[in-house]
Amino acid sequence: MENFTVGIVVFPGSNCDRDVSWALEGCLDIRTKYLWHESSDLSDVDAIVLPGGFSYGDYLRCGAIARFSPLINALDDFVKSGRRVLGICNGFQILTESGFLPGALTANKNLNFICDDVELDIVSSKGGWFNDEGEKQAIKLPIAHGEGRYHCDSDTLEKLVDNELIALRYKNNPNGSSFDIAGITNEKGNVLGLMPHPERACDETIGGTDGLFTLKSLILK
Amino acid sequence: MDKFAVKVFVRLRPSVLDPAGEATKSASIKLGAERIKSLRIGKMIEVKIEGNSENEVREKIDLLCDRLFANTVIEDYEYSLEKL
Repeated sequence: MENFTVGIVVFPGSNCDRDVSWALEGCLDIRTKYLWHESSDLSDVDAIVLPGGFSYGDYLRCGAIARFSPLINALDDFVKSGRRVLGICNGFQILTESGFLPGALTANKNLNFICDDVELDIVSSKGGWFNDEGEKQAIKLPIAHGEGRYHCDSDTLEKLVDNELIALRYKNNPNGSSFDIAGITNEKGNVLGLMPHPERACDETIGGTDGLFTLKSLILK
Repeated sequence: MDKFAVKVFVRLRPSVLDPAGEATKSASIKLGAERIKSLRIGKMIEVKIEGNSENEVREKIDLLCDRLFANTVIEDYEYSLEKL
């Protein structure tokens, strides 16, 4: 595990890349490496985080342009190999735009940019991203987004429910997301996308440690 | 080679809530347009493109609309095309 390296993708406009690195290196002693979006060589990383921010200025739609970067083109083989990919906030938007996860994220119902702590129910721990053992079935994580309203058609929602692909649901839906969805996985479970920021909840001194489990699970095989 | 001017309209699907449209509708009503029944906001993208035929250009524009201009999970698109 000593050599396990998490690649953190940096797009023009990413702004949570350093937060993720701080949380992984400083709180969990997991080695990280920044990956510029123009790189397509993913051979020396064992897991990937697509961090939050405003990739390419979120022009056209959030995540729409990032989808065409060389790195995202290389991500298909990486995901197929079973290695883990975590998309946080803008990273989640990129994963839906590029088809790694179903549905889409669009403007919050109240049109506000919402910056808050939210209570979340752990619905499924497919892929081992969340601790669903014992009594801790709910966590609190920060959100910070203007376009976090998850939307999908009814067939997709049924598939998400039936296959236990919904990872997190808001207790008090802040943005109008369908079915209170805050995070989903792919069928295999190795790709997780979520709007809340686990990397901002990794130290008691900044308000909580409920994000540690998810970041730590990047090193699961 | 011919030149074409294309106007692409991207709209949120009818089933998708448009909060910006709702806010603009409410502001319109405050301006005195009480009879507004519906207001939804989309995007218009203007493209100038060269091609050997209208069909060739339509193929390219279809691809751009489907893969880039619109996210068909939440948006519909249509376009008009004019030979210059």
